[in-house]
Order: sequence, then C-alpha cells, then structure tokens
Amino acid sequence: MPNRNIHIPELSLVVLIGASSSGKSTFARKFFKPTEIVSSDHCRALVSDDENSLEASTDAFDLARFITAKRLKAGLLTVIDATNVQEGARKDWVRLAREYHVLPVAIVINMPEKLCSERNKTRPDRDLGGHVIPQQISQLKRSLRHLKLEGFRHIIEFRTPEEVDALEAIIRDPLYNNKKHEKGPLDIIGDVHGCYDELVALVKELGYENKDGLYQHPAGRKLVFVGDLVDRGPNTPGVLRLVMNQVHAGLAYCVPGNHDAKLLKWMNGKEVTIAHGLQESIDQLQQETPAFREEVKKFIDGLVSHYVFDDGKLVVAHAGLREEMHGRGSGAVREFCMYGETTGEIDEYGLPVRYNWAAEYKGKAMVVYGHTPVPEPQWLNRTIDIDTGCVFGGKLTALRYPEKELVSVPAAREYRVSKRPLHLNANAPLTLQQQHDDVLDLADVTGKHIVETAYGNKITIREENAIAALEVMSRFAINPKWMIYLPPTMSPSETSKLDGYLEYPTEAFEYYKTVGVEKVICEEKHMGSRVVVIVGRDEKAILQTFGIEKEGIGVVYTRTGRNYFNDKKTEQDFLLLVNNALERSGFYDRFQTSWVCLDAELMPWSAKAQSLLESQYGSVGAAATQGLSGAVEALQQAAVRNEAVLPLLEKYKLKKEQTNQFIHAYRRYCWPVHKLTDYKLAPFHILATEGKSWVDQSHEWHMENIQQLCEADPAVLMATPFRTVDLSDEASIQEATDWWLFLTAKGGEGMVVKPFHYIHTHKKGLVQPAIKIRGQEYLRIIYGPEYTTPENLNRLKSRALGAKRSLALREFALGVEALERFTRKEPLRRVHECVFGVLALESEPVDPRL
Amino acid sequence: MLLTITSTHQPAADLSYLLHKHPDKVHQIDLSTGSAYIFYPEVSAGKCTVCLLLDIDPIGLVRRSGGPRGNDFALEQYVNDRPYVASSFMSAAIVKAFSTAMNGRCKDKPELVSVAMPFEVQIAAIPVSGGEAVLKELFEPLGYTMELQRHPVDPAFPEWGESRYYTLTLKNILTVQQLLSHLYILIPVCDNDKHYWIGEHEIEKLLEKGKDWLATHPARALITMRYLKHQRSLANQAMEILLKDEISGEEAESGSENAEPEEKKRVHDLRLEAVRDELVQANAKTVVDLGCGEGKLLKLLLAEKQFETIVGMDVSYRCLEIAKDRLKLDKLPLAQQQRIRLMQGSLTYRDARIEGFDAAALVEVIEHLDEARLAALEKVVFRYAKPVDVVITTPNAEYNKKFDKLQAGQMRHSDHRFEWTRAEFQQWGNRIAEEYNYSVQYKPVGEEDAEVGALTQMAVFTTKQMIIGKNRFLSNAK
Repeated sequence: MPNRNIHIPELSLVVLIGASSSGKSTFARKFFKPTEIVSSDHCRALVSDDENSLEASTDAFDLARFITAKRLKAGLLTVIDATNVQEGARKDWVRLAREYHVLPVAIVINMPEKLCSERNKTRPDRDLGGHVIPQQISQLKRSLRHLKLEGFRHIIEFRTPEEVDALEAIIRDPLYNNKKHEKGPLDIIGDVHGCYDELVALVKELGYENKDGLYQHPAGRKLVFVGDLVDRGPNTPGVLRLVMNQVHAGLAYCVPGNHDAKLLKWMNGKEVTIAHGLQESIDQLQQETPAFREEVKKFIDGLVSHYVFDDGKLVVAHAGLREEMHGRGSGAVREFCMYGETTGEIDEYGLPVRYNWAAEYKGKAMVVYGHTPVPEPQWLNRTIDIDTGCVFGGKLTALRYPEKELVSVPAAREYRVSKRPLHLNANAPLTLQQQHDDVLDLADVTGKHIVETAYGNKITIREENAIAALEVMSRFAINPKWMIYLPPTMSPSETSKLDGYLEYPTEAFEYYKTVGVEKVICEEKHMGSRVVVIVGRDEKAILQTFGIEKEGIGVVYTRTGRNYFNDKKTEQDFLLLVNNALERSGFYDRFQTSWVCLDAELMPWSAKAQSLLESQYGSVGAAATQGLSGAVEALQQAAVRNEAVLPLLEKYKLKKEQTNQFIHAYRRYCWPVHKLTDYKLAPFHILATEGKSWVDQSHEWHMENIQQLCEADPAVLMATPFRTVDLSDEASIQEATDWWLFLTAKGGEGMVVKPFHYIHTHKKGLVQPAIKIRGQEYLRIIYGPEYTTPENLNRLKSRALGAKRSLALREFALGVEALERFTRKEPLRRVHECVFGVLALESEPVDPRL
Repeated sequence: MLLTITSTHQPAADLSYLLHKHPDKVHQIDLSTGSAYIFYPEVSAGKCTVCLLLDIDPIGLVRRSGGPRGNDFALEQYVNDRPYVASSFMSAAIVKAFSTAMNGRCKDKPELVSVAMPFEVQIAAIPVSGGEAVLKELFEPLGYTMELQRHPVDPAFPEWGESRYYTLTLKNILTVQQLLSHLYILIPVCDNDKHYWIGEHEIEKLLEKGKDWLATHPARALITMRYLKHQRSLANQAMEILLKDEISGEEAESGSENAEPEEKKRVHDLRLEAVRDELVQANAKTVVDLGCGEGKLLKLLLAEKQFETIVGMDVSYRCLEIAKDRLKLDKLPLAQQQRIRLMQGSLTYRDARIEGFDAAALVEVIEHLDEARLAALEKVVFRYAKPVDVVITTPNAEYNKKFDKLQAGQMRHSDHRFEWTRAEFQQWGNRIAEEYNYSVQYKPVGEEDAEVGALTQMAVFTTKQMIIGKNRFLSNAK
C-alpha cells in the first residue's frame, strides 16, 4: 500500500532527484506553490531564451543558487527542480541548505527507464539523444545509498508512477523548536548546575506550588530552563528529576546546555575528558537507579537546541543565538546554541574569549540565555544573560516573561570557585547597553531606511535625505545619547479667505472638525527658539538614565540637535535654575522620576538668532529705512514742481510705513540677555520621565502640570496661556477667535491649535498634532515688510500646504516613536534611527515660510 | 533703490538732454523684476537733479526662476534687502533707462557727449562688503571724492553694531558716459552679494563698459572677481583678456580661512606630502583617507603604485562630488578606477566599511569636531576600524601667534572647534595609544620654530596588536 501522505519539515530545501522526463516538474507543480519551485529549465530560459541550452547551464545554476539563497534567507521552503542525479550537483544544494540552517530533503523520483524514454519522445522540443536518460538513471541508482551520507536528513523515494499517483499530500511539520503558539506567561531560569535547593527556593519564590510532586502556578505559568542543569553542584539528580517531571507533565520546557550534552556523551560511553564538574554528576548519578539513568539519557537526547516562543517574540537558547539562526535547524545552530562562539583568543584566566554576538544583535525577538556567568543580568540589544553563577556562589535567577522582571535567590554557598572572578566588572558605571551605545553604527542610518512607528505606520527615509542628515548630525549635533526626541515641523492653517489675512483661526477649527476632533486646545504661540530640555536631579541621574558622564545635569538642544547654548557653563547654570524649580514644585516626587524631558520655547529670539537678526532682519530694516527715506524725500521735492509724482509718493510712503511695522514686529522678540533670568523658558509638553512618555495625556494635562512647575520660578519659567475650545459650540469658537485677535493685535505671534488629546487619529490615520495661526504683523517677519499690500497678499494666498502637512505628520510620528523607544529602554540605535529620521525629513524641500 | 544724480553744469538742463529724459515728466521703465522711475526733483538754472528710483517686486523676485542660485528655499530670500538697496538691479536699470547716454550718444546736442561736467551722485543705500576701505579703493583711483555715512543695524539695539549699508555721495568731473559706466560696474562690486545674473556674456558687458578704465584700475582684480561673483573660471578668462600676459590666478580674496596667508598653499601641500610619505613608509597597501575633503591627498596616493586600495571618506557629499571631479574618477583607466573608491561616512559612527585597512589618514579633521565628540571618533577609528597605522594632523595652536591677522585666542578657520598646543595633542595621543594598544610618534610638519614649533603637528600611530588571520599583516612585513 503506497503512502498517501509524506512529511517534510516546514522549512526545508527540497531537492528533487530524477532523470529527465521522470515527472519531477509535474510532481513539483502538484505539491508546491509555483513560487516555491526553482527550476533549472526555467533558469536556463531566463539567461538564454532556451530552456534546453546546455551552454547556459553554468549561468542558469548561478541564478538558481542566487534565488534559492534569497528564499532560504527569508525562511521560505524551496524546491529545486533539476535532475540532480550527480553527487556534485547535490553537494552544492546541501551546502546552501547548511549555510542558511535549513534542512535538506531529498525526494527521489526513481521511474523506470522505459517510461522516461517514452515520455521524452512526446516532447518534440527536447532531443536528448538516446544515451542520456539511461545514463542519468544509472547515476541515480548509484547515488541512492549515499544520500544520507551527503547530508540529506529526510529521503523519500518513489519507484513507480502508481506510487506517485497515490500521494495525496505533502505534510509540512513544524520544526521541533517552533513553539510560537506558546505565549506564556513563562519563567525562564538560568544555569542551575545541580543547585537543587536554590532551584526549589526560586520556583517557590516565583509563586509555584508543589502539588502531587509537580510545581504548578496558579496563573498557569510555565518554566523554561536555559540548560546546564548538571555538573559542579551538590544535587544534579534532584535537579534532573524536577525538570524532567515538569517537562513530561507539559509544565516546563528545557533546552540543552554544553554540560548536559557532555554528560550524555559520557553516559553513552563516549570518550570525554572528565573536567569542569562532570565528576560530581557522575558520582551523584551512580547513586541513582539504572532506570533513572536511562531516563536521563533519553531526556537529554531529546532536548531541542532552542525554542522560539510567542509568535517569534521570544527565543531561548543556552548560549544565545544569532538572529539568522532563530527557528532554524542545522548542526551549526545546535552547536551555537550550546557553545556560543569564541574569538579564538584566550583571556588572562585561561578561558576562551567569547565572541560577543549580542553586541551585534539587531533582531526583534528577545533572546534569553545563560552559559556565561555574570554578576547581574543586563539587557543588551534585547538579549539577556541570566546565568548569575549560582554554583559559584552567586545567585539563581529567573526572568519573568512577558513582564521582563528578574527574580533571584542567592546561592546557599560557593560550591565551586570560578576561574574568572564573577564580580569582575560589577561596578562599571555604565550598563552593558550604555557602553555598547557609546558608538552608533553607520549602517543603521545611511541609505534608504524604513522606520516602523506606532502611530505613523512605516516611514521611509530617502537616501538623499539621510545623506544630508548624516552631515548635520556628524558635524553639529550633540552626543546622540541625549537626543531622545526631535520636535516635528508645524503646519500653518489653511489660507484664510478673509481680506487682509493670510491666516485666521476659522480654518484651523474647520480642519479639526472635519477630522472628528470635538475639543481643541489653543495655546499662545511664543516667538523664541524651539528647544528640547533635559534636566536630571544630579549627574548620577543622567548617568543612570542616559549613560552620559561628565556632561552635566542636562542639556538644552535645538530642533536640529545642536547645543542651544554656546558655552557649557551658561547651559548648566540655566539648567540648575530649572532643576531647582522642579525640586521646589515637587515635580520629581510627583512623577517618581529623577529626570524630565521638556518640549519648550526659549526666549528671547534674539538670544539664538542674533546673527540672523543682524544679517537679515535688522539689515533689511536698516536698508529699507535708508532707501525709502531717500526716496520719499526726493519724491516730496519733485512733487513741488511736478504733481505727476504724487501717486508714486503715496506708494513709497506706504512702503516706508510697512518698513516701520516690520522693524516693530521683529523688535518685539528681541531683548538683551545679560543674566540668566533674562531668558524665558516656556515649556508646553512634558515629553518623558523615568519609564514613561506622556503622549497619552491630554494637552490640558500638560498645560496644567507645567503651570504648576512654572509657579516655582516665574523669573525664568513662563506658563503658556491657553483656552480649551468646544468645536460644537459657536460661542466657544468665537471666544477663541477673539482671543487670537487680541493677542495678535498686541503684535503677538499668534496661537497654536491642538487636538485635545496629544495623539488623535481618524480613519486616514494621524491628524495634525498642531496647527499654527500666525498674526498679521508677525507674518511680516516671514513674508517681508510689504506682504500686506493687496497685490502681494493676493499672490501669497495661493500657497500649498500638502507637503508641509505630510512632513509634520511623519516627523511627529517619528518623534513620539523615539520617546517611546527610549522610555522602553530600547537600544540607542532604535531611538537614534527615529531622530535621525526627523532630521533627514527636515532636509526635504518645503516652503520655509509655512 | 534710489540713485540721485546732480549736475551744476551750465546750463543745467543739458543733463536732461544727455540722459534723454524730459525733466517735466515721470518716466516709467519696465524691468524684469519690477519698474524703474525717472523724475527730476530739481531743475533750475544752475542745478539739475535727476532720480532713478527702483520699484522691485519682492514677491516676484522670489518666484522668478533663474533667480539667485543655491537653496531656493532659504528663508532669507523672502526677507530680502534687494528691493531697498543699490545692487545689480540698479545696474540693470541704469543700462535700460540711460542706454543712449551710456552708449555715448546724444541726438539733440551731440557735442555734450564729450563734455566733462561736475557731478554729484548720491546712492541712498548701498551695501558695501569691505566697508570704507573698499569704497576708497574702488572710487578714488577714478578721481572721485566721497562722503559716506554708515548706518547702524538697528538704532534700538546699539549692540548689534553697524550695518553694511552706506549712504554714499560721490563727486567728480567727468562725462556722463564715464559716470554711468563706473556706476554700472562698481555698484554690484561694492555689494558683492547676490547678482541676479552670471553668464558668459557678463564678461563682454564688463569689458565693454569698462574698456576705457578697467585695465588700468589698480583694483581691477577685485573688480573682476566680484563682478563675476567669484566664478573663478569666468574671472580668470576675463583677466586674461584684460591683462594678456600679466595674469595671476591666485589673486583671490580670503574666504573663511582666517590665516595661513601666502604660506597657505605651500604648507598645505607640505602637509599632504608628509602624510603620504608616512603612509608609504608604513608599507601600507590599503589606505583610507578619513575626511578626504576634495581629494587632494587621494591624488597624491593614486600616484603611488604601492597603494592597491585607496578609499576616500568624507561626511560632506558635496566635497565628495568635487573630489570625484578633481580626480576625474570617471575618466581613469579601469585598473585605476578599481584602486580608488569614494564614500560618504562619518567619524562619529562606527563603520564596517573602514575596517581592516593597513593605514588611515586624518588630515586636519579632528579639529572640525566638538571636543566632546572626539570620544566617539577615537572609538570609531581605534577600537573598531583598527588600521595598523593611523596618521593624524592638526594645527599647532602655539604657532598662531605668528599670524598677524589672528587675534589672541582666535582660531585659524571659522569651523575649527578647537586648536591644540603640542602638549594637548600629545596628551590626547598618548592616552589613545595607551588605551588601544598603539605606539605613537609626533612629528612637526613645516619649518619648526624654536619657541612655538611647526605650523602643523602630526601623530603617527602604529598598532602593537598582532591579529592572527588578518592578511594585512602578511602584506605588512613589520
């Protein structure tokens, strides 16, 4: 009775083996998706327009190999449809499968010669010559018994057309390591090494209760062991018994460690050097029954190199695992899982120097491992080593998943002296991650990049913009460890239809109404410099949070990541004032934090824009005053003798008046700074504090909390006046409009309208996080002194906001993403790619007057 | 925007004939960027005053294509002094408004054309780059006496200082054609800012309008250079035509480089040669020039057969484009092309592409980074890239006192973030060597002064680490 089903691993490289016309392609088409099949004939055709061209074979093979490699890299099952009757041809496929850690599977279509020859005759396009098929079949038959030796892990053979026809399905079995459906919660336990008492204590500490000899958790949690259960410690059999019972009862998972594997070798009678605590295991197991020892052998032998849990979000392996090996199966994967990688060097304690795969890890999955004893578990690029050297007198540690909490119990004693002192770098000021983050990698920012954000979906950073950002970032920006946020650009309202106005509140309110916002907040807009302010209680807080040493208690940086202050001392003195206000207002305690990141406007404008004022605004004022005074004077003189110049005189008088207004407009934002209190800082967002970004709060919440802070030092801190507006209430809208008219009549910059909640989405995604409505007089600084002349204003009214708005949304999403990644304590590169993205987007060409 | 010309020539009305503009009318002339008006505030028996008033459309100015080159989106263009000052727009207006006079014609009174008259010219607001000295240099050789008044940036903020705008009054006795040709060329030369033109035909205009006086003007190099807006190739072409065999290509004005005046070129070459020699001596086969700029060192390295792989890296894409042009990379024979590669990169990000080189050079690079960011640079170079040899040059701050132009504490270049004394450089270098297991030697570049040392200091680092399995050690027999 022929098989109706066959099984292959879900991730495998299937190599079809069979003579020409044996039916391989038909077979492949029947059981595999067209995209899964890489056919030599097809590749031949692609490179030569002739699928029978023998001359094209080499290039066709290169192409097939290239496609296959790309597919295997992506973790896709692939079928090689070629004769593959020679060992040389198969060898390459096996090598490729190993390179990508997928299992090679041989499916042999071993059909009678007669059948092949007959079928071949019906194919007029293929004249193989009479000798070819018999030769292929004889090669195939000779190959059959070597396939296993060649490295094929599964070999399936069909000998008759009937067998082929009887096959109904090829079933793809998940790999043993695939536990993606297991979502936990889990408690992952580090290297136990026979420390039974500590294990029991830890399991109880984790909340498990012993019921009928099994440890069970009321919340249904399960245990995961990272391996190295045995050797060195006092009670290896006890540990093995506990773990085996748990695993057999479906209450635990276990991956093998190098010690476990070596013990198995010894138990199987293989020759091993008895060292590194193996003797203890041997002695202790001697006390156990042969049946128990058999059970141990079977248990260790059945352990799977690593597990992939929770839809791929968690990987557990004894010595950790590179991303490209997750969920793969090969000897190399097993080897890596148990032994890790070494650099080939030997350290001063005579131990091999381990290759720091975690430092280069950029995967999304969390990797939990053991193997190397460390004094404290520390996160590095989403990986964590939880072997805290219990057997060396350290402690036994568990990581709670998904909570990411560490739970540990101390070792009862030092069972064994570690060759490499356990507490060697225990007092380094920076965490592993912070040390690692000292230098960012160029590969993470250059070229075209896509950043995934929670609110703005995927944001593409184009190569040319990344080029510009790299230069700015490298030449001018502050230490990237500070840069946890860059503010987005802000769009003005749609152009007003009212005479004399370019911007007016109506359009902003209308916009928010159409995107389903019911309530907005209007904040007075300050005219200074946009800054991000980070302040810590002290340098220690900064060191702990940001991993920055000797750069003071904080930083004030601009929207392009540059230092706001030219000298460090002024900056630190200024931050001290802010810090005092934070202390006095009880902010640190209220927010349970030792630092804060504020989004703010720092005034006066003239303090930072001095050169712009002198070279641009002041200069234009001076030039216009002189030029126009001369013109008006000459025209007045000419008017005495010639009335024809009168219209011209009027025109130039108006220009002169506009110039005065222009000068008046910018002067308002300038005042000399002689002492710290000449600066005014107006914060408007509390961006982040310890472990928390505050973008989930309403703007009213931000305003109120900031107000409270500002009261602590009104000399430097300035609360921003605001109004909350109900968009369904005309009176409320009118009141806000009147307020804007009042503010701008005084010459104010205007106001910013924001949706009540920091983040507001509607059916098309994010809505504008803020819209500015600038006052008539202020706009002279932007559009020039004469912009209000009707013929000028009418032309200026045709302006397009699309690009600016799109930019504002993308930058906003990136900024928020940066904050959230930072507060989640993600690696700096993940934060940096977002702020780098903001800077890159800023180099997109957009009308700067908007 | 306002040019006032007064003549006391008798009869004063002759001026209006010469200018071909009726004194009782307001004349309007269309310009590509707005209009110009001509009117006469005063016409009496003894005095005639004519005004040329520009009315430049500030919105049109920005929208017009073919405007000033560079970043079309710089905010500065929108708030612009151009409508209010005398600039190249004024020249364009002069040519259009007074074309007959400029061409030396006068239909009604042709005899007036060659009459030298007493003129007083007032320009209400003219930006002058270089201030009074430049004005003198430009106008005095032509016989003018001047009065000038400089205006503050904003009288409400005296601390902002003086602006670059002057009210300029010029007096001279000359023909109207001479007067107009002087103004036509010298107004934009004073301004030295955006010119709303630049092209091949500008040379012709310059030569035509200046034919009688420019060749003998002592400031002709400055005039040509500025008039053609620093387009050196155009400027050189014009100078060639002007001066035939007197050419001197190096008569440029100083840019943002603060020092190293005539020594500059020599020292720069010396420095590069010294670095090249170190790399040659180091027996390096693969070299990377970190901060290669416009590729001057790369050019020297290409000439040495010893170097099999030469990589130039810079953070400025613009520089790399210039380097590509200068090295004529596209035109090199294939074998040469394969030896050299340019790429954008940064010294504050680690970069796998620069790992494994025999040698790296950082020529006048470190001083362009904030001192605090050097912590990243040193890791990028010495911890990750780990070349066998590293050659670093940087200015020797002690030498600065030998530059007359530099004030105490001032640095040589506006983008230098620091300049180190020899002791400071060596302190840094020694720590690096210690921390990353390199040996280091310091060498002066250029003539060494007994007291302050050489202009440039150089450190040559060599790794003490043997890395087995890296072929660079095989190629580098040390």
